[in-house]
Amino acid sequence: MNFSEVFKLSNQLSKFSPNGKFLASCVQYRLVVRDVSTLQVLQLYTCLDQIQHLEWSADSLFILCAMYKRGLVQVWSLEQPEWHCKIDEGSAGLVASCWSPDGRHILNTTEFHLRITVWSLCTKSVSYIKYPKACQQGISFTKDGRYMALAERRDCKDFISLFVCSDWQLLRHFDTDTQDLAGIEWAPNGCVLAAWDSCLEYKVLLYSLDGRLLSTYSAYEWSLGIKTIAWSPSSQFLAIGSYDEKVRILNHVTWKMITDFGHTTTINNPKIVVYKETEKSQNLEMENLPFPPTKAAASSLFNTESKYEVVSTPVSLQTSKPVTDRPNPKIGIGILAFSPDNCFLATRNDNIPNAVWIWDIQKLKLFVVLEHLSAVRSFQWDPQQARLAMCTGRSQVYLWSRAGCVAVQVPVEGDFQVLSLCWHLSGESMALLSKDQLCLCYLENEGVK
Amino acid sequence: MGDWRTITVPIPSSESKNISQFTSEANMSPSNLYSQQILCASLPLAKNVHNFFRAFCTEENVDQSISYLDQEQLETSRREMIGLQERDRQLQGKNRNLHQLLKNEKDEVQKLQNIISSRATQYNHDMKRKEREYNKLKERLHQLVMNKKDKKTAMDILNCVGRADGKRGAWRTGKTEARNEEEMYKILLSDYEQRQKQILLENAELKKVLQQMKKEMISLLTPQKQKPKEKAEDSSGTVLSDVEEDTSELSKENMWELSCETVREQLTNSIRKQWRILKSHVEKLDNQVSRVHLRGFKDEEVISRQDHEQETEKLELEIQQCKEMIQTQQQLLQQFTACDDDTSSLLQDCYLLEEKERLEEEWALFKEQKKNFDKERRSFTEAAIRLGLERQAFEEDRAGWLKQQFLTMTSFDHKNSENGKPQSAFSESSDQDNLTLHSEPSVCTSKITKSLPASPSTSELFQTVQHISENRKTRNIHQSTKFAW
Repeated sequence: MNFSEVFKLSNQLSKFSPNGKFLASCVQYRLVVRDVSTLQVLQLYTCLDQIQHLEWSADSLFILCAMYKRGLVQVWSLEQPEWHCKIDEGSAGLVASCWSPDGRHILNTTEFHLRITVWSLCTKSVSYIKYPKACQQGISFTKDGRYMALAERRDCKDFISLFVCSDWQLLRHFDTDTQDLAGIEWAPNGCVLAAWDSCLEYKVLLYSLDGRLLSTYSAYEWSLGIKTIAWSPSSQFLAIGSYDEKVRILNHVTWKMITDFGHTTTINNPKIVVYKETEKSQNLEMENLPFPPTKAAASSLFNTESKYEVVSTPVSLQTSKPVTDRPNPKIGIGILAFSPDNCFLATRNDNIPNAVWIWDIQKLKLFVVLEHLSAVRSFQWDPQQARLAMCTGRSQVYLWSRAGCVAVQVPVEGDFQVLSLCWHLSGESMALLSKDQLCLCYLENEGVK
Repeated sequence: MGDWRTITVPIPSSESKNISQFTSEANMSPSNLYSQQILCASLPLAKNVHNFFRAFCTEENVDQSISYLDQEQLETSRREMIGLQERDRQLQGKNRNLHQLLKNEKDEVQKLQNIISSRATQYNHDMKRKEREYNKLKERLHQLVMNKKDKKTAMDILNCVGRADGKRGAWRTGKTEARNEEEMYKILLSDYEQRQKQILLENAELKKVLQQMKKEMISLLTPQKQKPKEKAEDSSGTVLSDVEEDTSELSKENMWELSCETVREQLTNSIRKQWRILKSHVEKLDNQVSRVHLRGFKDEEVISRQDHEQETEKLELEIQQCKEMIQTQQQLLQQFTACDDDTSSLLQDCYLLEEKERLEEEWALFKEQKKNFDKERRSFTEAAIRLGLERQAFEEDRAGWLKQQFLTMTSFDHKNSENGKPQSAFSESSDQDNLTLHSEPSVCTSKITKSLPASPSTSELFQTVQHISENRKTRNIHQSTKFAW
């Protein structure tokens, strides 16, 4: 594994281009575009204000920079650096901005979710979509970019609108039997839309592309319900993570639950491999420590390296008891992710925050548990193979694959707390983001299957 | 004797049974009890006996008082006590269950309260959020109203960008709308078709598996037809008919690959039937096995069991006999080996003596034979010597006679005719002598050889005789030669 030098970053805004050639990162109000292989600065753009959101267009030709405070969106062209485009929402304000799948329209969500403005870069025309729902995931595009599903709320009732992205024709509009629609997501095959209710009610609705209700699923009532949802890449399974610390898997044929994965605090099954992150013992030479301590020395003192160790079952995991009288408790399945080959599902149970659970989907059983010293912040699967990269806020990046797992220290002077990470589409490199720094990590793929 | 814990003499009532409410934990020896039972009266005690008893029963003579107790009443009282204890236990159990139920209910109530409280907090939070938003809206609206000449939303773009697919944008018309609908349905249809294909493949595989299962089940069940079981015959009958049906079905299915309702139903029904038959068969086998383990069994099993028992008895007898034999042999061996050293050595000596005697006898026999042989040899050698001597003498005599004859012949040379005959007679006689001489030793030798075939002395003898005969021959030859000229 090779690590690049460290670059400045703000707001953890760094994205690879969809074609994998470029890396865009934000430093305050500047947009820096680098070449991925050489990390040379190719373009440098300056925006009018601090950038809050950064997004590549699907064809990797344009980059969108949104500045919510000013209500501005600026679009930059990679091919023609002198080309510029500025969209001002004015008094309407701006809370969200995204590209359409064709890379020629920008959808701005105005403040208070009053409307969505669709700006066309081709025709300079504007379209409005009224009453969008202010929820966790209100817009979803199909994988092929043909259709868009939008959650709406009118007169205290939830609706879903399906649009054809090519000409923004409203294809279907139907109401949903939800109390408070929290999110919608297309299946990867683009034929089924999953809609789920807020956590006050456990309900998942499945709609066909033509707007028919296919099925409804509700596991229980009264207790807090769905927290996260994930489709498997083949569209065969829908994983529902809920506040009762369980993941329920629905199958695409009958839309009924085939199994549920419980996240218990003790693991007794000896067939499950449990990796525990342990600190490597350091030899401190107390006499040679300089006074006052240099930054490097201080960081080396506090930044102890760690490695994975296999622990034999029964294992009892570290739990954090959530405060029950606060809203949005840190309990239940907070993160769900399928591996690209459909073989594994990685989950995090928020009240066992240090552990990542990896489930074998072929056998529908728990496969591996990785317990870390700090709370897991994020993890992401390699887009090409079943390899999971995790970060916990320490200066290490953790990798797991069927062959084993490894904890790699980011060899940076000073403190580099990896807060999030992002894979390159080829699976050969990864961007590690800390609070104000960016580091690229290159993986050698010869030894890894 | 026993340990006394508590002795409470009951306050007597009119009932004679109450005498048995006598609680004591005495451990008495059985013999003692027995004696006491003998002593005690079997008549029910009267009231005065109670009084008498009360007065009578003290700590010192508790044993005696017990003897006056009626055993029957004691039994009944004991039974009552047991009954009461049982009831007590049951009630305690019920009590525990109720406690448990109560605890469960309490837990559930607590849980529900927790849920309610968390819901309430979430509701409140959402409500507060909504209120804040509402307030902001109100403010913004207020601002808008105040600032009508605000910046308009606008897009400032250098030049329009071409579409991603390079085509020109089209107006949205009814045609385009229809086209969009069509496309959407096409997508859905293709997805359904793909899924249907997958499902068909799966279906075909499952059907194959079911048919295989059915065939295997049929093959499992048909051998049972040979056993004389009533039900099995029916089942095998149905099996056969099923087989016929199914094969025709199978062929049908394979040919047409029908997946219609009736065919599917038939297949599932036939499989269910087979499965039921197999299940009943297995259950029967299980029952049989369990019955064999227990006592009662069918007629067939009786015989086999009896046979089995007989066989085992026989074998046991055999084993017994063998054991006895081994024992006796062991005893005998022990007899032999269990004597003292002297007798054993004596015995051994006896054996040796016996052998020695036998050997000596043989040796004596051998010696005798040897002696005889020696004697014979000697006699033969003597005979041979004598014979030799005699022959010598005879030869000498003959030589002398021949000389004399010769002399007489020469003197009678004139009288040839007379000597002619004697010459010839002499030659004849000499020939005869030769002949006889030749024959004699041969006779002798033959005699000798006949009597003593293989002794070395015999061969020596023979050699000497030959030698002598050779000498004689030579002599004769010489003599004859002498005579010849």
